[in-house]
Amino acid sequence: MTAYIIRRLWQMIPTMLGVMLLVFLLFHTFAGDPAQVLAGKISNKADIENIRKQLGVDEPYWKQMAIFAKQVVTADFGRSWSTKEPVSEIFAKRIGPSVTIMAPILIIEMILCVVLAMLVAYWRGSLTDRAVMIVCTIAMSVSFLAYIIAGQYFLGYRWALFPVQGWSDSVLTNLTTYAPLPVLLAVLVGLGPGIRFYRSVFLDEINHDYVRTARAKGLPESQVLFKHVLRNAMIPIITNVAMSLPSLIFGAFLLEKFFSIPGLGREVINAVDKSDFPIIKAATIYLAFATMIFNLLADVLYRVADPRVEFK
Amino acid sequence: MSALENRPERQYQSHSSGIWQLAWQRLKQDRVAMVALAIVAFFMLIILLSALGLIAKNWDDQVGVSFASPSFVDAVDNGEALSAEAALPELAVPKDAAIVDLRDVDPLADVLPEIEAKAKSLAATLPAKAKTLPFGGDKWGRDIIAKTIKGAQSSIFVGFAAAFIAVFLGTLLGALAGYFGSWVNDLLEWIYNVFTSIPNLLLILAFAAVFNTRGLFTVIMILGVTGWTGVYRLIRAEYLKHVNREYVKAAEAIGASHWRRMFVHILPNVSHIILVNLSMLVVGFIKAEVILSYLGFGVPVEMTSWGTMLQEAQNELVNGYWWQFVAAALLSMAVLITAFSLLTDALRDALDPKIK
Repeated sequence: MTAYIIRRLWQMIPTMLGVMLLVFLLFHTFAGDPAQVLAGKISNKADIENIRKQLGVDEPYWKQMAIFAKQVVTADFGRSWSTKEPVSEIFAKRIGPSVTIMAPILIIEMILCVVLAMLVAYWRGSLTDRAVMIVCTIAMSVSFLAYIIAGQYFLGYRWALFPVQGWSDSVLTNLTTYAPLPVLLAVLVGLGPGIRFYRSVFLDEINHDYVRTARAKGLPESQVLFKHVLRNAMIPIITNVAMSLPSLIFGAFLLEKFFSIPGLGREVINAVDKSDFPIIKAATIYLAFATMIFNLLADVLYRVADPRVEFK
Repeated sequence: MSALENRPERQYQSHSSGIWQLAWQRLKQDRVAMVALAIVAFFMLIILLSALGLIAKNWDDQVGVSFASPSFVDAVDNGEALSAEAALPELAVPKDAAIVDLRDVDPLADVLPEIEAKAKSLAATLPAKAKTLPFGGDKWGRDIIAKTIKGAQSSIFVGFAAAFIAVFLGTLLGALAGYFGSWVNDLLEWIYNVFTSIPNLLLILAFAAVFNTRGLFTVIMILGVTGWTGVYRLIRAEYLKHVNREYVKAAEAIGASHWRRMFVHILPNVSHIILVNLSMLVVGFIKAEVILSYLGFGVPVEMTSWGTMLQEAQNELVNGYWWQFVAAALLSMAVLITAFSLLTDALRDALDPKIK
């Protein structure tokens, strides 16, 4: 297994170089001179000149690429163009709130979706099944924005069940006071696609021979589903969770924007607004790296879930 | 099923029905799909008429009072709308006063009476503003129905155009990788890995940060260029499978070029995948456009889309003006997307009966 992991890490290098190249092409060649990009956004001429010097804009491209590569390798992306804070400090500060919001969302959503999809799969073909599927399709069609706007208005403002927005320094207060509404909304939005996805996964499994055997030996349907089918459906479940893990860091940026949560997602949106390239570049590189690590983690977990899986 | 039953009878005819005809027959039997198709067709008709300038042409006209309430809502909401209207002249008074005070320094002082007279004559020609509109009005008193149609036009246009670009890129690259294999495949796989290792929304935001001129074209390009990966993977897998089949070898034997084999011989055999993915991408991109426009990275200010309508609706809702929110987000967008998703599901079932 160690050999497998090392080989996979080795294979990440060309992809990582590709991500760097893409980011470089976007921000250094297509974006143009920072003096132009920042015109009207930063008024101080000396600041802009400083930024140009740091990026090496007047140097040839290969030298700029070398400067950028050094930033990536040392994980030091310099300072934000608008606030002049070191990018690494911004990330360290913003990642906490994002995780505070996203961890409960991911956990609650996964458990709810799996259980509900299991129930729907249990009642497959019935009126309940069809009704739930139609409700899911309709629920998926309403924009995430609409859920947030309506949720914030009714639950937060009209009925005052939750604070409309806000954030504090204490993790506990955040979890108990400010996080519930965004978490609730995100889970609601995630239920539609989640139930549909897991239902089809379970239905694929239900037609297998081992399910018939389990039934034939007289196991109750609930045990067949929650013990036998669930265990065998672990691989798509792991894949799905691993795919949503990068958002754990990035945060549901819309939620952060609406609820004024000082997370990474809101930081990136503001950075796009202000053309604060160092932050976007750093976010892209970090997130790409995290995605690759999570994918590797998922592949290793496949083995744990299903011993028949072999590492090639 | 019925397609199978029909088959013996069809054998006597000189031609057999193709995949599209069979799929259409299967689709016709799906009642949900036909309703969805009708709804989608209705939306397409509306935006076609609006694009041709036959309806919602003057959506920008301020036909009603600010936040004119919908005609079917009674007194309570009307009161609010009226008070908003009543507040306007109050605001106008201090403005006039300020102009009077500035006369001695105002270079326009001499011509001002003339201008005012002209303004008055123009004001007189303005039609009276309606107190209520069929589905209410927005902040500037524009008709919500016309605005929603115009908004639908931009959102749906962006969705379709971006989906066409993404599908075109995905198909082309997937065909090249699957057909040629070797280093072409390696290179394209590398690009695919790079694009998929960055979470999609972050990739879109990164592109939006770089191409920061707002415009329809920019949104379409951003969504199209970042969204091709799914189609690429599927088409590549299909081409890998097809390239060794006998009919392709036969085409090679009669001297068909690479290009011809790829796009004349193989492409029609994978076109059902392209169609299903196209409609899936349209749904995804309409949603993405709404979010981008909401965040202010989408359609330009002088246009309207479902996203910009939602952005306005957020603040209006707090003041009790719910109609723009309901019109944009709930009625038009949800209905179209639901119908489109159901149609996509049915299309997939009809075109590929093997896949559930």
